Amino acid sequence: MTNDFKVIDEQFEAGRNAINSYVIGFVLSIALTLIPYVMVVNHMLSVQTAVVSVVGIALAQLLVQVIFFLHLSRKSKPEWNLIVFIYTILMVVFLVIGSIWIMNNLKYNMNMADASPLNSNEGYIPQ
Amino acid sequence: MTTEILHHSEDAHELHHNKEAKALFGFWVYIMSDILLFGSLFAVYAVLHNNTFGGPSAKDLFSMPFVLIETLILLTSSFTYGLASVYARHHDRKDMVVFWMMVTMFLGVAFVTMEISEFAKLFSEGHSWQASGFLSSFFTLVGTHGVHVTLGLVWMGGLLAQVLKYGLTQTTVGKISTLGLFWHFLDIVWIFIFTFVYLMGAL
Amino acid sequence: MLGNLTLAALPQDHIVLGASIFMGICAVGIIGAITYFKKWKWLWTEWLTSVDHKKIGIMYVILAFVMIVRGFADAVMMKAQQVFSVGTSYGYLPPEHYDQIFTGHAVVMIFFVAMPLLFGLINLVLPLQIGSRDVAYPFLNSLTLWLTVAGAALVNVSLAIGEFAAVGWLAYPPLSGILFSPGVGVDYYIWALQLSGAASLIGGINFFATIIMMRCKGMTFMRMPVFVWTVFGSMALVIVTFPIFTAAISLLALDRLMGMHFFTADFGGNAMMYINLIWAWGHPEVYILVLPAFGIFSEVVSMFSKKKLFGYTTMIWAVIAITFLSFVVWAHHFFTMGAGADVNAFFGIMTMIIAVPTGVKVFNWLFTMFRGRITFASPMLWLIGFIFTFTIGGMTGVLLAVPGADFQLHNSLFLIAHFHNTIIGGVVFGYFAGLIYWFPKIFGFKLSESFGKATFWAWIIGFFVTFIPVYILGLQGMTRRLSHIDAGTGWEPLLIISAIGVLIIAVGVVLLILQFVMGVIQRKNNMDTTGDAWGEGRTLEWSTSSPPPFYNFAVIPTVHGRHAFWDMKYGNAVKETPHYEDIHMPRNTGIGFYIGGIAFLMCFGIVWHIWWLAGAGILGIIIAAIVRSFDYHTEYTVSAAQVATIEGARTNK
Repeated sequence: MTNDFKVIDEQFEAGRNAINSYVIGFVLSIALTLIPYVMVVNHMLSVQTAVVSVVGIALAQLLVQVIFFLHLSRKSKPEWNLIVFIYTILMVVFLVIGSIWIMNNLKYNMNMADASPLNSNEGYIPQ
Repeated sequence: MTTEILHHSEDAHELHHNKEAKALFGFWVYIMSDILLFGSLFAVYAVLHNNTFGGPSAKDLFSMPFVLIETLILLTSSFTYGLASVYARHHDRKDMVVFWMMVTMFLGVAFVTMEISEFAKLFSEGHSWQASGFLSSFFTLVGTHGVHVTLGLVWMGGLLAQVLKYGLTQTTVGKISTLGLFWHFLDIVWIFIFTFVYLMGAL
Repeated sequence: MLGNLTLAALPQDHIVLGASIFMGICAVGIIGAITYFKKWKWLWTEWLTSVDHKKIGIMYVILAFVMIVRGFADAVMMKAQQVFSVGTSYGYLPPEHYDQIFTGHAVVMIFFVAMPLLFGLINLVLPLQIGSRDVAYPFLNSLTLWLTVAGAALVNVSLAIGEFAAVGWLAYPPLSGILFSPGVGVDYYIWALQLSGAASLIGGINFFATIIMMRCKGMTFMRMPVFVWTVFGSMALVIVTFPIFTAAISLLALDRLMGMHFFTADFGGNAMMYINLIWAWGHPEVYILVLPAFGIFSEVVSMFSKKKLFGYTTMIWAVIAITFLSFVVWAHHFFTMGAGADVNAFFGIMTMIIAVPTGVKVFNWLFTMFRGRITFASPMLWLIGFIFTFTIGGMTGVLLAVPGADFQLHNSLFLIAHFHNTIIGGVVFGYFAGLIYWFPKIFGFKLSESFGKATFWAWIIGFFVTFIPVYILGLQGMTRRLSHIDAGTGWEPLLIISAIGVLIIAVGVVLLILQFVMGVIQRKNNMDTTGDAWGEGRTLEWSTSSPPPFYNFAVIPTVHGRHAFWDMKYGNAVKETPHYEDIHMPRNTGIGFYIGGIAFLMCFGIVWHIWWLAGAGILGIIIAAIVRSFDYHTEYTVSAAQVATIEGARTNK
């Protein structure tokens, strides 16, 4: 039987550094929660900058949690745990970006035809 | 004779080990599919979040300090569960595993309670899921996460009973790791809810 | 107490009543026969609780064949209605019944014929091809079967109690919303498909993990049989698309049950989002179905051309390319929805690109046949028929991928002809070929070849007689789902020709059943004693006996190349006396069956708003899962000595 399907690094979890890793991850993720919170609540940035930085921090938070909490194994070759993870991320990005693109494109076209939206049910107020 | 017995028991050990690794991998693939489930709900929220039908928008509804506390509780529970799994793997300390799992469960219950009270407050103010497309998608996205957390808590209760009954065997430790993947995953999903629903809603 | 369920739900009109009575007689007959022959215990211990992938596969195929009769009856009724309902005559079906029939036909054919056949074939063959004793999670395998059966049962119950959806196979809102479909039909649709979708997802995870974890020693990815590769691509798609499907129909259910406003026409709902989500699943779904058919044909073409497959590596890369591309083409199903030129152009071009790897595969099959010594056995006939039919279907697909042309052809019968061309010509032909091809492996004897060939000719002739007129009707502007046409349209002659084609296919269906019946009757003449039924096997499934023992391989094989069994037969590997070891096998369990039953009751409760039943169902499933998680004795051991005895008995036979 092949052995290339380990998900977590059990040796690391059982080792000396595991607790340190959880502590570091915890501290970092608390920081990455508080920073955007303070930024947003106090309106420290313009909306556009805020969106970009908040999303950027969320992605950093994702990385921190994956690295310091999940302890994914890097030992098995090929690394199936990472391959399926990256594949899934790719597909979910296709889905979300694609859906938003398609749906916004619809809205855009509907408002091009008529300055006052026909579908007032949408509660959409053009700027 | 002795070597043969030794060989056999190693074989059994290897087999058992493989079984845990297999279960863990299958569960990892399941989590991948769950990512797509949440991805769909996020896409729906992204499309519908402006469709307030004249009612309140995200900016008017959510209490940010409340959400921050919820977030910190869930983050902490992810950390305490990590401690439980380290004690299970490394120190083989059943008492500490039980302790940290109970702390995690306490935090999880606190999180779910806060979420329910937030929902109840919105509902009582007349902002139910029937009020607008925006609120439907909000309740569904956040509620689906809440249901996942609740199921995770039921699972954790069952696992706690198994740890108490069977001790820290290879099987129970494997199950602790499996639930760990789930719990950390829910934490990560919450980070995105926190960012895209609450923080960006407050902008 | 019984929610919305009243006596009014029982069938009122005579056609439905007749069908319900027929179904009831069948059920009573089967139960009576089992009781009379005292087979309940045997049925329970050998089949219903089995976690053996071969038996689960057989049960999947049986389910598919039961449901294909239902789905095909729907098709015949539709065609008959279209022939009679012209001008002043309104046919024999009222419109609301006709609408249920075309919905039922599509739902049954895709979810309860194609998907069970797919999982059935994978179950039967895949573990054998990768040299494994079972799948990764045998219990989940049994669970998926019983969830699928529960879904199928729900669809069939809707025939007798209440009604089925009358909204088309993807149930577009707002028509499928509570405002326009207040009956239980759409609820039946949603919950039957929830069960089937959950089953497919679990099955997908199971086989994806099986391929990664359970390959025998030496079988690297580039040594896997092409069928395994195509299943791998298909299951990778299942894992990422079925959650989208679950999400979409769950939101529709929330709209209907809890008054939410995802897809309603008011309160800020957006029905287009449903269409977007459902096709983000729906398009990959057709590739989920057709990729394994490609794999089957790759095995068949090599076997009956007596050559190794031409271009293995390009075949694999084509599978990978199709897997990814099929996820980024979904908007071509709704070009007419109103998105701009940039969206439509992107998805149109992606759709055309996906034809390239598919074309690569067609050429690989042709080059495999080139200079081969072709035997025209029935699987090979299905392959040749497939290449013709599928190429036509693919080309009309590329036509539809041009957004400008699609604006004209959208929802016309041209589209109907196109997808039947790919699904019958690709999926159905492929699965039939696979069933005939692997039948001797599972049962130990071949099917009747003369009936097999007759079946093929009836199907292929019937297919073209049915659907060429449908293409023409589409170009003439006839839209889909019409239950009545005006006499002035002049469409009637073509509809009659098309209906004659359906009758020819009906002959094909009868011949197909006869092929199995005659195969069983004449099995003495067609026994497969070697295990290598067609004589030219290259892959591992042919290396074990037919039928295989319950543990598949007494000794797990070690693979040294792409043609593992060929190397064993003709390579210079030293034949060693086998050294048997203890074998660990999963124990049978009834929990999968129980969960299937509970899930059926739960969904029935939700459909009729019987909330105590739904609640009890959810609780029951959680309890069953907990009971299972406390079971630490899920395996048993077959000792080496027992294996030696069984093997000795088998080789002496």
